[in-house]
Amino acid sequence: MSSPKRIGKIKFGLLSPKEYRKMSVTKVITADTYDDDGFPIEMGLMDPRLGVIDPGLRCKTCAQRAGECPGHFGHIELAAPVIHVGFAKIIRKILRATCRRCGHLLLDEIQKHEFLLKMHELKDKNYSTDEIVKNVIKEARKSTTCPYCAEQQKEIKYEKPTRYVEDSHKLMPADIRDRFERIPDGDIELLGLDATNVRPEWMILTVLPVPPVTTRPSITLENGQRSEDDLTHKLVDIIRINQRFQENREAGAPQLIIEDLWELLQYHVTTFLDNEVSGVPPARHRSGRPLKTLSQRLKGKDGRFRGSLSGKRVNFSARTVISPDPNLSVNEVGVPETIAREMTVPIIVTPRNVGELKEYIERGPLNHPGANYIKRLDGRRVKITEKSGAEIAETLENGWVVERQLKDGDIVLFNRQPSLHRMSIMAHRVKVMPFKTFRLNPAVCPPYNADFDGDEMNLHVPQTEEARAEARILMQVEENILSPRFGGPIIGGIHDHISGLFLLTQKGTKFTKNEVYELLKKCDVEKPLPEPAVVEGGVSYYSGKQVFSQILPERLNLTLKAKKCVMHGVCLKTDCEIDAYVKIDAGNLICGIIDEKSIGAFSGAILDGIIREYTDTGFQEASRFLDNATKLAIRSIMTFGFSFGIDDEDVSPQAQLEIEEIIEKAEERVGALINAYEVGELESMPGRTLNETLEMKIMQELGRARDKAGEIAGKNLGFAGELALDNSAVVMAVSGARGSMLNLTQMAGSVGQQSVRGERIRRGYYDRTLPHFRKGDLGADARGFVRSSYKKGLTPTEFFFHAIGGREGLVDTAVRTSQSGYLQRRLINALQDLEVEYDGTVRAGDKVVQFVYGEDGIDPTKSDYGKSVNVHRIAQSVIEKRENG
Amino acid sequence: MKNLNVLKHEMVPEHTIMSDEEVHELLARYGIELKQLPKVLVTDPACKEISARKDNVIKIKRRSLTADEAISYRLVIDTKMG
Repeated sequence: MSSPKRIGKIKFGLLSPKEYRKMSVTKVITADTYDDDGFPIEMGLMDPRLGVIDPGLRCKTCAQRAGECPGHFGHIELAAPVIHVGFAKIIRKILRATCRRCGHLLLDEIQKHEFLLKMHELKDKNYSTDEIVKNVIKEARKSTTCPYCAEQQKEIKYEKPTRYVEDSHKLMPADIRDRFERIPDGDIELLGLDATNVRPEWMILTVLPVPPVTTRPSITLENGQRSEDDLTHKLVDIIRINQRFQENREAGAPQLIIEDLWELLQYHVTTFLDNEVSGVPPARHRSGRPLKTLSQRLKGKDGRFRGSLSGKRVNFSARTVISPDPNLSVNEVGVPETIAREMTVPIIVTPRNVGELKEYIERGPLNHPGANYIKRLDGRRVKITEKSGAEIAETLENGWVVERQLKDGDIVLFNRQPSLHRMSIMAHRVKVMPFKTFRLNPAVCPPYNADFDGDEMNLHVPQTEEARAEARILMQVEENILSPRFGGPIIGGIHDHISGLFLLTQKGTKFTKNEVYELLKKCDVEKPLPEPAVVEGGVSYYSGKQVFSQILPERLNLTLKAKKCVMHGVCLKTDCEIDAYVKIDAGNLICGIIDEKSIGAFSGAILDGIIREYTDTGFQEASRFLDNATKLAIRSIMTFGFSFGIDDEDVSPQAQLEIEEIIEKAEERVGALINAYEVGELESMPGRTLNETLEMKIMQELGRARDKAGEIAGKNLGFAGELALDNSAVVMAVSGARGSMLNLTQMAGSVGQQSVRGERIRRGYYDRTLPHFRKGDLGADARGFVRSSYKKGLTPTEFFFHAIGGREGLVDTAVRTSQSGYLQRRLINALQDLEVEYDGTVRAGDKVVQFVYGEDGIDPTKSDYGKSVNVHRIAQSVIEKRENG
Repeated sequence: MKNLNVLKHEMVPEHTIMSDEEVHELLARYGIELKQLPKVLVTDPACKEISARKDNVIKIKRRSLTADEAISYRLVIDTKMG
């Protein structure tokens, strides 16, 4: 490894043609690269003095081998000067601000002096002088005659990208260069250039540097053919045209041809520097792909800066598909054995661990908890093989490093892109498993925003003790249960966990002792079983609430309203008719049904309660509860059985008719509205046109109709009142596991109005959406109202409208993700250097940004859903304490 | 709209010029120098209203959503550049 070097100074400036020639090791005059025997041609683009890329050869300039030789520049003498596109705008500015004859800046001495003074003042303070330069140019452009030679100035027009026109007469680069040469040194500073390092005429190229071959290596294809780099292709073009230009000029070709060739040379040099200049067709490869020239190498996401310098690639990482495993702890990650065998942790040999490490080495690289490499004191790395294992183990010495394979309990970082918040990378403990996927507890899906439809995730193995300690203390999953976004749990049960516990804790469940043990088999329970809730015929039965209580920590006290709470009048608390009042007393679920509000991600009150109650061991308790809850929930949903099919959306013929009727009536009312509109009886609403009024009223009417249809369907499926817990859709919607009333409505009732930009669909044909309708038809069905339900099926026109609405949604998502991604990038760039100091101030560098972080100095992670104190919670605990004596 | 006092607008927080002692105490409290403070232009309407001069330090009492009242300090400067 090379030692880090400190950069003392960076100088920005332009190189003069003289310097280009001095730097150059050879003039390049031949457009060819290799001769027929495959040897590079002297003074060609692959001249051996430009550096070496073939292994084994030595550089003709510096005598170093490939890899050591940094490469050397050559140069091309351009037959005529051309403009450097990168400076096109500055050239325009200077042209306009200086005299066309004597080159002086078009300001009198007094003005110059004033500007210079101001400039120096700012430079002393290290501030930007851009503003002053702008003013200098602005003032200079105003003068019509030169204050020095009295020359009449002419308007200069600039035509993108490299054409300057004066008085309908094109300025050739050579003319511009002549003018720039006349600009006195004293005026250069005022033009915003560094007079010690820049002469304006250097912005017009007379010599083109040829980058070393090391920057444009050619690749040898399998068939032995050489494929050259894009830059080399471009240089070939430049040399060819340069030669033709020269020949033509020497042969005394007409001016017209010379000018054409000059422009062609300009084009090639321009695209060599930047192939994405607006107004210039990009130079293309034979295959039609635009060439990647100098500017493209640096710019953009995969460019040198963002792609190669800021963006690092790492070793000790793995990536594969993820799949769920509720039997894992949230803190664990299942790692396939094939990956575990490949990834290593370096362990230093000490007298305490020699024995253990020897075992790994003896097992070799193929038998799982083995070792792949050892590193001796002299820095030599030795690969352990099946055969050499025993021998190496014998010679193992203290201080050597053993690269041991990943095994159970190792700390690793786990990540899913896009890494939008800090919970996108968390530390897990390894659990080596068979098969080929990473396994994770489904409760950690929400922070990663992961699902199992083919998602892949990355895994990184920290290589130092410090890194592992940091990962364990700061990044472990249980440390990240509370989100710094809103101060509540972001990890929690999803889908089947919620359904499972919902079914388990409903009223009237009973389990025999054996069944309880079956449910709690895999859970880590310390509590003894309580008294059975019912004894029938000599058999004791335990309620589902009792089973759930087994996994609750003993000190937990909590009351909350379940998701299905309808908030009718005064809360009956423990006597709630629909069991929506959840009360947990000393770790016992007294009443209430467990649903999304209790254990769901983003809202789970139990998790929140545990962390706040157990102030020192909260995170451990919380993750223990989560592990138990996932296991219990999965076993419970399996004993109950849970599936969803098309007949879960079956509505009785009676209800079917009712829905028909409601929609029929709504359409009639829509018809009446349209009628009223057409005869001019419709009153417009304040601030709305008549058209808007009609549209709004129709939308309202149809919206109401759908809701009513949904209500009937919902009632029929058992969504309201006495819940039909044998209907999976209802269970999921009520418990908050998945889906909503709206989804039920659309499946069983009516899909409803389709819209584009919040309006009914109206584009398509002239005056109508589809040829199925009459021109000017404003009726519900002609403007995208889908009266059918998904169950019933859509008519062809309805299907088409549905596709229109659906497409808008897709486009919206695509646009939103790209926009918010860029927004996030900008925000992070702006905020990345802010730091909260120990005194509570927020500083960027040494500058104070906030005197107290967030104005209240509260860490939102530790806040109560964003509030610094939860007075209600404190009051509740005091009251309870007093009530209990 | 002549003689509008911006300070009386409900959206404008209270601005006061700090005395030298107060400024000294402030800088000592945070262990900072004058130039590390956030800045405000003399041409700022609120600064004009309280006739603040260059190099004054202004104390701003804001109503805050997170902490009922938040206090901030700003150094008065005369141009954006210096």
